[in-house]
Amino acid sequence: MVRLIAGFIGLVFAVVVGWALIGTVAGVATDPTPKTWTGAPKSAETDFHLHPRDAGLSSEGVFGKFDKRQLQRGFQVYKEVCAACHSIRLVSFRDLRQLGYSEGQVKAIANDWQIEQPSVNADTGEPATRKNVPSDHFPLVFANDVAARAANNNAVPPDLSYITRARHGGANYVYSLITGYQPQSAEMLKRFPEIKTPQGLYSNPYFANMNIAMPPPLKSNGQVQYQDGTLATVDQMAKDVSAFLVWTADPTLESRHQAGFASIIFLLIASGLAFGAYRNIWRNVEH
Amino acid sequence: MSFPWANHYEPKQPLMRWIDEKLPLPRLVYNAVGAGYPVPRNLNYWWNFGVLAGAALACQIITGIVLAMHYHSAAASAFDSINGTIMRDVNSGWFLRYAHANGASMFFIVVYTHIFRGLYYGSYKAPREMVWLLGVVIFLLMMATAFMGYVLPWGQMSFWGAQVITGFFSAIPVVGDWIRVWLLGGYAPDDAALNRFFSLHYLLPFVILGVVILHIWALHIPGSNNPTGVDVKGKQDTVPFHPYYTAKDGFGLGIFFLVFAALVFYFPDALGHPDNYIPANPLSTPAHIVPEWYFWPFYAILRSFTADVILPAKLWGVLAMFGSILLLFFLPWLDSSPVRSNNYRPKARIAFWVLVADVLLLGYCGGSAADPLWIIIAQVCTGYYFLHFLVILPLISRSERPRPLPNSITEAVLSGKGGTSPAETALAH
Repeated sequence: MVRLIAGFIGLVFAVVVGWALIGTVAGVATDPTPKTWTGAPKSAETDFHLHPRDAGLSSEGVFGKFDKRQLQRGFQVYKEVCAACHSIRLVSFRDLRQLGYSEGQVKAIANDWQIEQPSVNADTGEPATRKNVPSDHFPLVFANDVAARAANNNAVPPDLSYITRARHGGANYVYSLITGYQPQSAEMLKRFPEIKTPQGLYSNPYFANMNIAMPPPLKSNGQVQYQDGTLATVDQMAKDVSAFLVWTADPTLESRHQAGFASIIFLLIASGLAFGAYRNIWRNVEH
Repeated sequence: MSFPWANHYEPKQPLMRWIDEKLPLPRLVYNAVGAGYPVPRNLNYWWNFGVLAGAALACQIITGIVLAMHYHSAAASAFDSINGTIMRDVNSGWFLRYAHANGASMFFIVVYTHIFRGLYYGSYKAPREMVWLLGVVIFLLMMATAFMGYVLPWGQMSFWGAQVITGFFSAIPVVGDWIRVWLLGGYAPDDAALNRFFSLHYLLPFVILGVVILHIWALHIPGSNNPTGVDVKGKQDTVPFHPYYTAKDGFGLGIFFLVFAALVFYFPDALGHPDNYIPANPLSTPAHIVPEWYFWPFYAILRSFTADVILPAKLWGVLAMFGSILLLFFLPWLDSSPVRSNNYRPKARIAFWVLVADVLLLGYCGGSAADPLWIIIAQVCTGYYFLHFLVILPLISRSERPRPLPNSITEAVLSGKGGTSPAETALAH
């Protein structure tokens, strides 16, 4: 009886999903629009979207480490270019010590930061601001999303604390995006006229929907004056700031890699010993 | 319970004798996972996964308790408490968080292997039906716990996952929407939902632990199955659990933790989704909402039902998704073949491997975008999934002529076929 009822239920589900299958196949077969090999309708995104290029950062890979001089340069790019619109609200000024800055330098960076911390007037209790101190998080650039939209042509500049982990492609994506602005190809505009960049947006084939609200942030070589003598080409600045944003998103990367190395060596030895113990205990038992 | 030749607990030290008289807890452990539990001598490495699942549960509970000390279950601060405080300020907080998030994946990897081992070797059959039923209960509890845990970081996938999954309940006719609002404590996931998910996410692992104890208790009545599926006939067929299988499980644990460590320390995001590093935003729907990988096969089944046939397509999808798990409760009675191990069942073995491929394909489709190709493959695989358990397996179990079984475990061992694994059987035929 159980098997009869079960068989009936199984056939019902199979018939219903079979009917749905016929519908799906018929839908694909009768729809004349051009399709990708998986059957999705072709669009500017499926045909002209570009995959991120490799930024070749030192933090990549199992033994990846940060290049502290590069992180400092990247922080400088962030501070002088990106910080005008983008916050890194989950990072604290004191974290900059990890980039090789001294305590005094961190104090100075915090104290000189353009945007002050929200505070309270000690006498009147009214909202006020004060200078940043190392224990503060980096302050928000805009008080809220409404203010951000009002100042940025109706787009919200995302917080960059986790940007290299919150996007497919990570640092390579950030690097490719900020160096990837390019005019739209005639072929794309011919096939997908609706993708034409609207007023106030910028064409960028690395961005999900091909047109981005952010103007090209790095426009010319030497836009940032590096202290360490590195030539500040657009490509170099883009790599440096991508490296910095890997650090903001993953500040424990180096200790994680080190702890991992020790753990794996330990576990290899322990597993080897355990295997020896297993073979030894079972030596007289056929199994 | 247990076999008459099992070792007996005889405490030698006066203190242990004293404890044994008042509270025979050491005796219980001795009989459960010590020298007092006789186990077939021919278990292969696939039998390690039960202990590994226990280890994974223990890791989840320990890391979870410490994480809960730093976590805020409020919509306004949940994201920052994890991605700000725990990941950046708590000592080794990043380790706890990665170990917990990847620990869930490790738990599912070993439990899926454990389930498929049971399917291949017929461990669900008499006299072990209750072990199997309790196992399915554990699996359901794990899925609920994992889902609610994934909501807690309150990223984009957390929020939209909660939105989609609780949306299943609105497929129920008439009272569906009311049930959904009641479950969420509001019209959309927010503080009320987050708080109750946290509360239940803390509770359910201990319920799982309780059912695990019942699962092991039920196992110890008939004793462990083995690769031949043949019953234990005498003392020569078994070895004591300790030291034989504690040693073998020790090696298994080493490999388990090696894989676990590689994930935690080198690929902590490999099984996650980038969108969950974006704080939840009820006004912005992600382009592709996908659950965690361990739900992909079920998500594929849900999405396969695209046509209204008497009932709305969404209701069919939800019924099929829950049905695909609930049917496992009936498996011991659907497969009526008296032979347990697929090593001796030529037709059932082929059906088993088709099922493995079927579930892997379903998983791939469930994790992909809803393009027609993946929907079509998922629809074919969904059809096979239901036919496999509800039609094909019951029919095979009647028509199939099994190969001759060995007379005993020891006979199989001495002829070199005691612990034959699925791969070896596949090569031999």
